[in-house]
This record gives sequence, structure tokens and C-alpha cells, in this order.
Amino acid sequence: MTISHQSPAGLEAPQNPSAPENGSVPPLLEARNLSCERDDRVLFHNLQLSLRAGGCLQIAGGNGSGKTTLLRILCGLHDSFQGDILWRGHDRAEQAEAFAGDLLYFGHRVGVNKILTPLENLRWAAGLQAQVEERQLLQALAELGLRGFEDSPCYTLSAGQQQRVSLARLRLSRASLWVLDEPFTTLDVDAVAQLESTLQKHAEGGGAVLVTTHHPLKLPSLERRVLGGSEGRS
Amino acid sequence: MKTSTFAAFRLTLTRDLLIAFKRKNDILNPFMFFVIVVSLFPLAISPEPSKLAEISAGVVWIAVLLSAMLSMDSLFRADFEDGSLEMLLLSPHPLFFLVLAKNLSHWLVSGLPVVLASPLLGYMLNLPSASYTTLFLSLLIGTPTLSLIGSIAVALTVGLGSRGLILAVITLPFSVPVLIFGTLAVQASATGLPTGGYLALMLALLAGSLSLAPLTSAAALRISVS
Repeated sequence: MTISHQSPAGLEAPQNPSAPENGSVPPLLEARNLSCERDDRVLFHNLQLSLRAGGCLQIAGGNGSGKTTLLRILCGLHDSFQGDILWRGHDRAEQAEAFAGDLLYFGHRVGVNKILTPLENLRWAAGLQAQVEERQLLQALAELGLRGFEDSPCYTLSAGQQQRVSLARLRLSRASLWVLDEPFTTLDVDAVAQLESTLQKHAEGGGAVLVTTHHPLKLPSLERRVLGGSEGRS
Repeated sequence: MKTSTFAAFRLTLTRDLLIAFKRKNDILNPFMFFVIVVSLFPLAISPEPSKLAEISAGVVWIAVLLSAMLSMDSLFRADFEDGSLEMLLLSPHPLFFLVLAKNLSHWLVSGLPVVLASPLLGYMLNLPSASYTTLFLSLLIGTPTLSLIGSIAVALTVGLGSRGLILAVITLPFSVPVLIFGTLAVQASATGLPTGGYLALMLALLAGSLSLAPLTSAAALRISVS
């Protein structure tokens, strides 16, 4: 199982990450020669990846191809890997605090406590990152279609609504790098379109998005990388 | 504007307290367990006041230890399962303080009620009247130490599917010093001896675990999540 080193035809090829940066701005996030094995299975080997401000990178690949592991490695949640990860041109480990302050991670497990209400969940999750006012919290929830559910415990909400609670963090985030693992899974058509436009706006505003999904994304600035031996699927 | 670490500490503390008050069995179960265990001793050993007075300090302390054990299980598990733990790990704040906030809220919910009820249960066990203050003080110092030590074991095992007794096997040996000094202090007070030395040692244990345990728990959490 190896990573395909080219983007699918018709899409912008990723820059060669080992090329010297001739005084230009270093990419927001860059991975060099990233390799990871899990249970004696090589998930990827010598993977190069570079994400510039304004970029939007979709990681595709079949089930079990290591998409989630790659995202967790890039965020710093998983540390059994070889290779270098650079944040704005510096080693990520040395920039840990700046990196964490500029990162928003949306994981498989969405981080919504079922006993708390959407408002209480968001207050904590967004508050860890930046100071937010109560009014902004309510507005973010309303924009995600959760008006009227602010004070219902989350176990009474559907899976899609719980996902929206977590996605409301995007509205309040000032982080430049968004790492989203399958953010579209349980969303309905309207919410998918809304999320796509949120991602688009974020990229246009100078942010960067790293996303895994099986959903065909319609974003102009999108690059696509395929993990695992499923090149034929792209 | 970035949140200050103190604000993040407060946010995490209030969130955990809120969860605990909404899920009341987290507060009630360890407390009820404590009361029931203590009240079994007069039934099983002897209701004779002189015998009870002799064992009262040990009984209360062992019941505290067991109920702390029981309550530990819920410390990080829900957060691990719903993904909040990942958000905690990826927040820009030192994990030390966030873990400390979770430990503090856990102690307020499961440790403090036990400490407050201890004089009453001491009375039930005919605790010598000179020992009430010492029992209360030793528990007030000892229970947070137990919570802090336990949180390391919970952090280490949170990723395991079924952990059963492993939590107790890891934690109880490390709790022995707390138990020894706690009971010695109460026994010394019953015979009119000074207790300051024991309590000072317990305070030292608390200071040590307060500064080191959250650090260890934080490292253990990172391992468990990856």
C-alpha cells in the first residue's frame, strides 16, 4: 500500500515540499517524508504534503486507508510516525502552543457531551480556543439550524444535530487551520451546502482546510490526495 | 482574543460540575457506597461500643478509599468516548491545568461529601470524641490526594475497553501511604498524642501529588488517545 504521489488529472498538482522556499511564505502546514505503520501494515510511506494559506486539501481513500490516522498525526494526537511536520516553516513540536492556538480539529467523535445542552457544549468547546460572548454562541447555533434546541440536552438531538453542534465551532473559530475528519457524514443536503460555503469562505479569508470525506466537494480551490491503493477510485 | 489559561480552567471546572449535577448518580453512588460500607462493620464485627471505637478510624478510612476507587472510573471516560478529550488535548492551554480542573471538580463532587459526612459516621462507630477534628482534617487532606493519584491510573486505562479491576490494582498500592498516615493521625489523637507530624506528612503527600499527578495524568492521556 503506498500513497499516490500525483493529484488526479485536471487538478492542481501539489508543490514539491522539499523545494527551497526562495524567500516566499512557507506553507501553513507541511509534512515531509511521513511514514506510518499500524499493526504491521504500512498506511503510507514517504508522504509529502503541503497546505498553503487559502488552500483546501481533501484526503480521499477507501475505508481503512489511514485518512483519520494521517489527520491525527498532523494534529499531534498520534505520535507513532516517522518524518517531519512543519508549521509555518518551523518544526511543529517547537511551535506547539502557537500551533494549538491556530488549529481547529473536528474528529470522528464529535466532542459533544450528551448530557449537556448545545449551548453548554459550545460554550466550553469554543471558549477553550478564544473568548466568545453568549450572543455569539447563540448566533452560531442559530446559523447551524439549532434555534430552539439551545437548551435541550444533546441526547434528545439526532446524530446530525449533534454534529451541527460541533460544527458551530467553525463559526466562532479564529484558527487558520481547520482539520475536519468526515464532517459531512450525517448532515442533510442543506447543511452540506452550508458547510461547503463555510469552508470556501475560510479558504478565501486566508485560512486553510484539511478535510477527509467521501462526499464529492465542489470547492474551486480544492486539491485532492488519495491514500492507500485505491487510485482507481479517484 | 485568546482565552487565558485561568479562564480555560474555570470553563472546564464549571462544565464538569454541570455534568456531575445533571448526572446525579455520579454524586450519590460513591457517597451511598461509603455510608453502606461503614454501616456494615457494626453488623459483621460487633455492635459493642468499645470494640467499634477501636476500629472506627480504620473503617472510615478504608470505606473512603473504596468509594474513591468507585468514583474514579467516571473521571475521563465520557470525555474519551465522545471526543471531548481530543479537544482538551488540542487546546492551546497547558494540559496540566485542564487536568487539574477536572480533578478538582471530581473531588468536589465525590470526595467532599464523604469528608463532610465523616464525623457523622464516626459518631455511629463511637469514635473517641477527641478524634473528630483529626478525622475530618486527615480526610480533607487525604481525599484530594487519593483523587489525584487515582486520576493517573484512570488516564492510563481510559482507552482500554473493559478495565475491570485494573484501576484498583494500579491505584491502591500508591494509596497506602495516605491510608497509613491518615489512620495513624486519628489513632494518635484518640490517645491524646500530637497529630501535627502525621498531618504535615499528609500535606506533603498532597503537595507532591498536586504538582506531579496532573503532569503524569496529562502524559498518560496523550498516550491513551494516540
